[in-house]
Formats: sequence, C-alpha cells, structure tokens
Amino acid sequence: MRAAIIFAVKEFRDGLRNRWVAAAILLLAGLTFGVAFLGSAPVGTTNGTSLSIIVASLSSLSVYLVPLIALMLSYDAIVGEAERGTLLLLLTYPVSRWQMIVGKFLGHLAILAVAILIGFGAAASVVSTLSDTAPGDFLALFALIGSSILLGAVFLMLGYLLSVLAKERATAAGLAVGLWLAMVLLYDLVLLGILMADESHVVGERVFSSLLILNPADAFRVFNLTQFDSVSIVAGLAGSTMTSAPAPSLALCAMAAWAVVAGLLVCLRFGKLEP
Amino acid sequence: MAADRRMITTPENIRSSPVVKEPTGLRIRLDRVSKQYDRHPVIEDINLNIRPGECLALLGPNGVGKTTLFKLMLGLVRPSSGTVEIDGLDPTTRAFRSVRADIGFLPENVSFHHAMTGTEVLAFYARLKGVLTSDCASLLDRVGLTDAASKRVRTYSKGMRQRLGLAQALLGNPRLLILDEPTTGLDPALRRQFFDILRNFSEAGVTIVIASHALTELEARADRYAILHSGSLAAFGTLSELQNKAGLSVHIRLTLPPGKVQSVVRQFSKRCKVTPAGAGFVELACPEDQKMLLVQEILSSDIPVTDIEVHSSRLDDIYAHITAEDGCK
Repeated sequence: MRAAIIFAVKEFRDGLRNRWVAAAILLLAGLTFGVAFLGSAPVGTTNGTSLSIIVASLSSLSVYLVPLIALMLSYDAIVGEAERGTLLLLLTYPVSRWQMIVGKFLGHLAILAVAILIGFGAAASVVSTLSDTAPGDFLALFALIGSSILLGAVFLMLGYLLSVLAKERATAAGLAVGLWLAMVLLYDLVLLGILMADESHVVGERVFSSLLILNPADAFRVFNLTQFDSVSIVAGLAGSTMTSAPAPSLALCAMAAWAVVAGLLVCLRFGKLEP
Repeated sequence: MAADRRMITTPENIRSSPVVKEPTGLRIRLDRVSKQYDRHPVIEDINLNIRPGECLALLGPNGVGKTTLFKLMLGLVRPSSGTVEIDGLDPTTRAFRSVRADIGFLPENVSFHHAMTGTEVLAFYARLKGVLTSDCASLLDRVGLTDAASKRVRTYSKGMRQRLGLAQALLGNPRLLILDEPTTGLDPALRRQFFDILRNFSEAGVTIVIASHALTELEARADRYAILHSGSLAAFGTLSELQNKAGLSVHIRLTLPPGKVQSVVRQFSKRCKVTPAGAGFVELACPEDQKMLLVQEILSSDIPVTDIEVHSSRLDDIYAHITAEDGCK
C-alpha cells in the first residue's frame, strides 16, 4: 500500500502543478454559479427551493462533465508513461502493477473529489445563505457530491482500461472521446428511440429501467433525480411517471460494480502487458 | 582486543563491518532462453552464466536483442522458452519483488517526468525503492548534478538526463547494475567519471551488466564479453578467449632503412604473411600464439630494424570479425 500512496501523492502533485486541479475547480464552480444565478430567474412559481433546483441542474451537468474530466485525467495514465519512456523504468522497481494502478487511481480520484467538493460546495453554500433551504436539500447536495465522485471513479477506471488496451496515446485519446459520446449521449438517444418506437410496450418498463441502470451515467441520473422528493419535484419526475424506476440504492450498486469490474480488467490486462 | 573479538562474534557487526565483505553481487543465469514477438524470434537459445561480482559487457549491433535480454533479466517480459534466474529466483514471480530493490537499472534513452526537478525525480524513485531520501543529495553530487538539482528535468541536456538516470540506478546500494548504453550523450570527461563510479561498484563486488557500442572504452574494463549476433550468442568469454576464438592475427610493423624491404619480404614470406606498407615499412601477420617467437626471430636476425610496433587484435577487431560473419554461428 505504501507504494500506492507514493504514486497517489505524485499524481495529485502533478495535478496541482499542471493546473489540472485548478482548471477542474474553475469549470465546476463556474457552471454551478451559472446554474445558480441564471437558473433562479424563472423559478418563482415552482414548489422547489433554490438549492434543490441547483442540485437537479447540477446532476444533469455533472453527468457530462465528471466523466469528461475523469477520462481526460486517466486515458494516458499507462500508455502516456509508456510513450514517454518512463513506464519501463517504473516496472523494474519493487512495486506491483496493481499498486501502480491503485495509486494513480487514488491520486486522480483525489483531484476529482477536491474539484467537485470545492466547485459544487462553494456555489451551493453561497446560494443557501442567500435563500431559504430545507435540511433535506443539503442531504441531496451531499448525495450529489458523493455520487459524482463515484461516477468519476467509474470513468477513471474505464479510462485506465483504454490506456492499457491502446498501443498509442493518440488511440487512447480517440477511444476516450468515443466512449464519452457513447455512454453519455448516444446510449440515452438509443434508449429514447426504443421508447418512442415501442408503442405497443413490447420492451416493457422493467426491461427499460434495467437498461437505464446498466449505463453508469444513467444510473447516476436515476440516483440523483429520484432519491430526494424535493429534487424529483423540480426535475419533473414527481407524480410517478416512472412507476418502476430502479431503486436509488440499486443505481449506486450498479455504478460501484462498473468501477470494480473495470478496475479488475485493468489490473488483469496491465499484469500481462510486456513493455 | 576484547572489543575486536566482540565485533566478530555478533552477526550484526559482521554484516555492517566494512572489513568483512561477502560477495554482494547477484548471480544471473539464463538457460536456453528464447523470446519471440508475434512468432518473430528476437532472442534464440541463449545460455549465459554471470557470476556474482562479475562485470559483463554485452555487445552487438542495434536491434539485436540486447534490450530484450535486459527485459528478460528484469522480469518485464517472459521468455517464450527456457529459464531466467536471478539469485536463483524467476524474475517474473511475485517472490522476486524483494530482489528488485537490489537492482539498479538504467534504460536506454532514459526519460523522466519533465515537470519535476532533478531532486524531486530522485526522491520519488528513492521512496519507491524504500531508500532514505536524505541519500539523494550525495548521489546527485556524485553524478555532478548538484547545480541543476532544483531545475526542471525539461531543461536538462541529454547528458544530464543520463546522469540523473545513473543516480537513479545507484539508489540504495544495488547488488546488480544493468546499464543499457549508459555513456551515450556523455562527454569524454563525464565518461571517465562514469567508469570511475562503475569501478568503485565493481570493486565492492556488485554484478554489472553493461551494453554499449563504445568498444574502445569497454576494453579492459569488463571481465567478460558477450557478443550478440542476430538474436543468439556469437561469442562469450574474456578478451583473450575471444582473441583466440576469433583467430585474428597479430600485426607486426617494422620500420626499415631504405632498400631493406624486399629482403625482409623474401626472408619471412614462407613463415607468415608479409606485406610491404610503403617506403621503409613492412607488415607481418601471424597468429596470437606465435607473436613472441616471430618477434625474437626478427630481432635476432641481421635485419637492421629501426622501429617495431605490435598490434594485437582489439575488441573492435574481434567485434567486427564476429558480427561480419553473416548467418554463421
């Protein structure tokens, strides 16, 4: 574990040094403030409090942004080291390959967590001091922050998987963009298409909701938009339009399973890699 | 006296005592090792036994498999067939991890994270190896990087990166040094310094394997030489063993007064190969083991020799001879 922590500290320091942390904080905080102040203009008549509106909007935003940041951090973790010529030397050190992966993962996750905590937290605290909030809203915010970090963990591991599969850094970058498009945008479009075409309900709501949870990005949405009543009201999901929506806890489990399975695949593949 | 005896009897003291030294180097054994990449053979049937404390020079043209051989020794790639053993352990196993801390490796074209300073880079590798980071400053001093220690690696020249790579390899008193083209990018003074450092380690009983193209530098510095040719071991032995194996002749060059060249050619042409080499010079070629006989014969004859030069075959002659035999083994 000691070796893993050495790698984690190095990755986090690299993140601070090359302004990755700063950029991610700025991006997330900027968007949160944008959502908070622009989004609060037409709110007047809904039942939601300002904070719950922000949580609902932020969960729609982080489903795009967090995977993007995670993939950008992780896609060159291995193939980049190989291309720079630093991997060969590292592998001759008394360090297991899984320790290297776990270390990089912890370091990158810390970068993401700091960015999410500061980015979302700062804006949310400003909004909550300016307007009235229910105690449940804070719970929803914490749930959003926690599940965003979990979403980040999933896409970090998926990024490492691309990084150990690709022979070149450029290939890994291309694959990362493709993966992001497919999981965050295309998957939803396809599901929506199926739902529209399926007028006679052949697929059924149960199948549909399990399809929804199979994608970590959608599982994240399901979790954040259905977990708390105040959020689902402003998200327009109240009134049980989705009677068989997957349980929020199941959504979390699905995300965790993605992270674990991807992590195992990374270690398996990296263990066989001959530099 | 009593204090002396106590020092000898306690095992802790024996280990740390600078006087009592066991051979510290690691043993390397390659037994019929072959390695193929996509059915393309890179290493073919190599047997190599490197003794603890030995300095072995690994020679061969580019792309001949030297780096692959190093990767096999370091357990980074698995042999397609045959066995590799370092200190009796298979380097690809989990058990080998404890030995890794005793190995210093300098890869060919070493590179580091550009944004880090020299000190940071060395401290990072020291932590990974479990070595005190307080040792780093003296190591940087040893390779002459003290002034550049706080500069980013991005600004380093090739030679400076190479020296940082060497410092990294020397971390934590290694028992085996594997150096892939260590002197590329170093100027002559630094090369000398590098070989001085290497000699210190060699005298301390560290096993050293060094791949290089700088043949004249390596001559007389390694205990044994292994010449790789198209993936297999073309020659392996001490310099004199290789000289005998290559069967290259010794060249004796005589300086003679004007008009004496023809008489020498007449006198010795039955005994060995004689070639006139310009006005007043003649060259005689003979096998290594007949060198002394021939020299005595020349000096005791009535030829008025004004100067004599004897050229034994050098490492680069042997190397050229062995690697030129294309396809032959």
